[in-house]
Amino acid sequence: MTLPALFFFFALLLLLVSGIAAVACRARETAARRIGAVSTPLAGLMAAPAVVQGLFFAEPVFIDLPLSLPYGSFTLAVDALSAFFLLIIFTIASLAAIYGAEYLGREGAVTARGVSYFWFNLLVLGMTLVATAANGLLFIIAWEIMSLSAFFLVTFEGEKPQTQKAGLIYIIAAHIGVVFLFLLFWLFATNTGGSMDFTHFSRIILADQKTQSLLFLLSLIGFGAKAGFVPLHVWLPEAHPAAPSHVSALMSGVMIKMGLYGMLRTLSWLTMPLYWWGAVLVAVGLITGLLGVLYALAQHDLKRLLAYHSVENIGIMAIGLGLGVLGLNLHQNTLIVFGFGGCLLHVLNHSIFKSLLFMAAGAVKQELHTLEIDQLGGLRKRMPVTAAAFLIGAAAISGLPLLNGFVSELMIYFASFSAVVSMAKGVTALPLMSLLGLAAIGGLAVACFTKAVGVIFLGEGRTPAGAAAADPAASMRIPVVILAALCVVLGLAPILVLPLLKPVLAAVTPVTWETTNAELKKIAQPLIYLSLIAGIMAGVFMLLWRLRRRPLAVQGIQRSGTWDCGYLEPDSRMQYTASSFVQPVIDQTNWLLRTRTVKEMPQGYFPDTGKFVSHTPDLFIEKGYRPLFAAIAWLFHQLQWMQRGRISLYILYIAVALLALLFWFGGLR
Amino acid sequence: MKLSALLFVIVSLLAAPLLSGWIVRVKALFAGRKGSPVLQPYHDLFRLLRKGAVYSKSTSPLFYIAPMVTLSALIAALCLLPLPGFGALLSFQADLILFAYLFALGRFFTILAALDTGSAFEGMGASREAFFSVFAELIFFLSLATLARFTNSLSLSSIFESHAAGVNYADSPALALLLVSLFAALLTENCRIPVDDPTTHLELTMIHEVMVLDHSGPDLAYILYGAALKLWIWSMFIALVIISSFPSPRWLQPVIAVAVLFLIATAVGVLESTLARLRLTAVPRMLMAAGALGLLSYIILG
Repeated sequence: MTLPALFFFFALLLLLVSGIAAVACRARETAARRIGAVSTPLAGLMAAPAVVQGLFFAEPVFIDLPLSLPYGSFTLAVDALSAFFLLIIFTIASLAAIYGAEYLGREGAVTARGVSYFWFNLLVLGMTLVATAANGLLFIIAWEIMSLSAFFLVTFEGEKPQTQKAGLIYIIAAHIGVVFLFLLFWLFATNTGGSMDFTHFSRIILADQKTQSLLFLLSLIGFGAKAGFVPLHVWLPEAHPAAPSHVSALMSGVMIKMGLYGMLRTLSWLTMPLYWWGAVLVAVGLITGLLGVLYALAQHDLKRLLAYHSVENIGIMAIGLGLGVLGLNLHQNTLIVFGFGGCLLHVLNHSIFKSLLFMAAGAVKQELHTLEIDQLGGLRKRMPVTAAAFLIGAAAISGLPLLNGFVSELMIYFASFSAVVSMAKGVTALPLMSLLGLAAIGGLAVACFTKAVGVIFLGEGRTPAGAAAADPAASMRIPVVILAALCVVLGLAPILVLPLLKPVLAAVTPVTWETTNAELKKIAQPLIYLSLIAGIMAGVFMLLWRLRRRPLAVQGIQRSGTWDCGYLEPDSRMQYTASSFVQPVIDQTNWLLRTRTVKEMPQGYFPDTGKFVSHTPDLFIEKGYRPLFAAIAWLFHQLQWMQRGRISLYILYIAVALLALLFWFGGLR
Repeated sequence: MKLSALLFVIVSLLAAPLLSGWIVRVKALFAGRKGSPVLQPYHDLFRLLRKGAVYSKSTSPLFYIAPMVTLSALIAALCLLPLPGFGALLSFQADLILFAYLFALGRFFTILAALDTGSAFEGMGASREAFFSVFAELIFFLSLATLARFTNSLSLSSIFESHAAGVNYADSPALALLLVSLFAALLTENCRIPVDDPTTHLELTMIHEVMVLDHSGPDLAYILYGAALKLWIWSMFIALVIISSFPSPRWLQPVIAVAVLFLIATAVGVLESTLARLRLTAVPRMLMAAGALGLLSYIILG
């Protein structure tokens, strides 16, 4: 083992040992939280040499363990793709761990906190193993570690019925996904002559297209369930609100991306993709993105809203991936580089702003004990740091220029545009749809996040609870500020990320290093111009600032109430609510969303009370999964006559079964 | 070349309010009044720039930062807009995406400033702005796709350059369809009748004007100037589409552009004098129809 490999191995060991140590602390929960907060950043530092080598040196880091594993060897490998995801995992997980130490101190039972950190470390360990496993069986084991530890993290407050339901939905979704992954790797192994080592996967050239397509579909469903492709997204809006905020940040920011890691890894083995794979990915991405943002608009709970936005962003990444696959099929390097590149960069960017938003939401929740958007308001006065960070995150996730979200969307837009321009007559419908889909998603995301920022942080508080709110302690504030700073830096100087993308693209796609370089040069110029324009805007802004200083100094600034058309007693309850804000969109899309409303109008000459409640359930749960599972339950119910609980009956079954077997085998001979 | 583009940006910055003044003038003439001078918007701006401001107790610094961000974004967008025949000050691959998104950046902050006041009226306007602009953005991206595909280029300058180089679709119905859909988007984005009425006095029916009810003094000046600039940029975009579809000598193109600009402003004024505002629920239908025309244009050319 080389030195980076050794360090990497000890990083994994550290995660495990410190997790156990956190549990061992039991009631000394302060110590447990301290161990938890320190261990992940430390492990990240120890893994750093391997990440650097994987990204910037052509030679991957191999960690071979002298353990025997059926169907192959116990090998971890850090190549560029793994290193890219490891970078994301350790950056976000470290910040989440630090944030969590303070956050958990005010949540749940005292003894549960150490245990929660154990699962947290195990989740980080699981994701690290997923990103580095070089063997199918090891990958599945790691995948299960990741999924299960996330389950225990989600059910941190397991006594609440809502949390129990969320945990159940999550674990079902996770296991439906893993069934397909089992099939996927088994199918790979049958084609390599029984080995599940990834090195064999990449070497074989699968002859027939049917097998290849089957492999693609299996990975689409298996990994899509984790990533949250519609209609497999239903666990996200349940699990994210139920989990503690630093866990939501880690799950939404990083864990769901492991689904995309899986897809990218699989696609790197299937070197001759068919056209329809790309089309399916783009279509899935469009549906996922549009439904995600529409459902997000209709939500009243901030964390549910953010969860649906994760669905939306996964859709954007899938569009990029799909365009890249189309490029592979059509041998168009621009499409390959910008499709895959945009997807990868959006993975990085989304992990930054989504974990930022979840952490800010967590701070709000701990201060006001609710995330019901229409109960909040005016928080920027009491929580200025959180408000500013949330604003930056909101602008970034809406894909606005000068922040990092724009850069990755720009790349995917660029891929769509270049496909629109270069593809043959009559077949440009797909890139055109992706272009318009991205524009619609962008516009709706602006609507959704102006709603979130405006209603929660601006205006006046809607309940008295907000009056005593304050920014959280430094250890919860600093991670949020770091993430906001990352959004700004990567937005203002996006050229910085290109060296990161190059090796990953070379690892994932069959495009040569030189071509990748040449293609990325096309975006390098716009990215430099982006910084230039940021400079121009800053200059104009300063000029405008100076211009208004004089009159304001001479004439003075008056303070008064908000102009309300002559009404003298404005009240915070008269503010526009989040549900009113999105009503035009919801009304227009009600054929799809089916928002349920309960209205009780004030009656009579001396009206008493009125009521308005709206709720938008997920159509796929309501019309898809619930009837499906009800049907399955009904089917099993029909077999109940066999289960009478009488011993004699069971003995009869056994006898019949034995007899049947006897005849069966006897007949065969 | 770059000097001419810089000159274009400066002239645009100076002349933008002229267009709004012209619309008011057209409307006055149409109604049989004498109307305010065409230079009135300049007087208004200078007057506002000399005034102090009144801020609501509910608002935060975002309230006065927003107009400045919006205006800076618009000026940045202006730098990307080509001068007919001569190209833009800043031109690069994929600048059309940034061009479209700079408007979104401005919108994001305008909406937030409206919500910052805590007023129900401003919230209402913000909500409508957020909703309608989704359609306008879609139409704009559709037209960008049409232009990009037709001219085989991905930057605004080369799109409008390559038309002049002899490609010409003026004889196809696609151009007319494209222009109609773009004009509908212009009316929406610039808050003109039939989508919004910039001169109405009833807060409940407003969109853009109601969002800026609380702004005063220099902040209002920035907003009004920004609105004028936005109208200028949108009109110039349409003018560019028209000019580049007919062959004409390069030096003449800026002159034609000015003529087209005032033609568009006249059309807006005539439209505002003859048409009533649409019911709010009918606006999406109108925009969808405009989008359908844009799609048709793409299909004809594609």
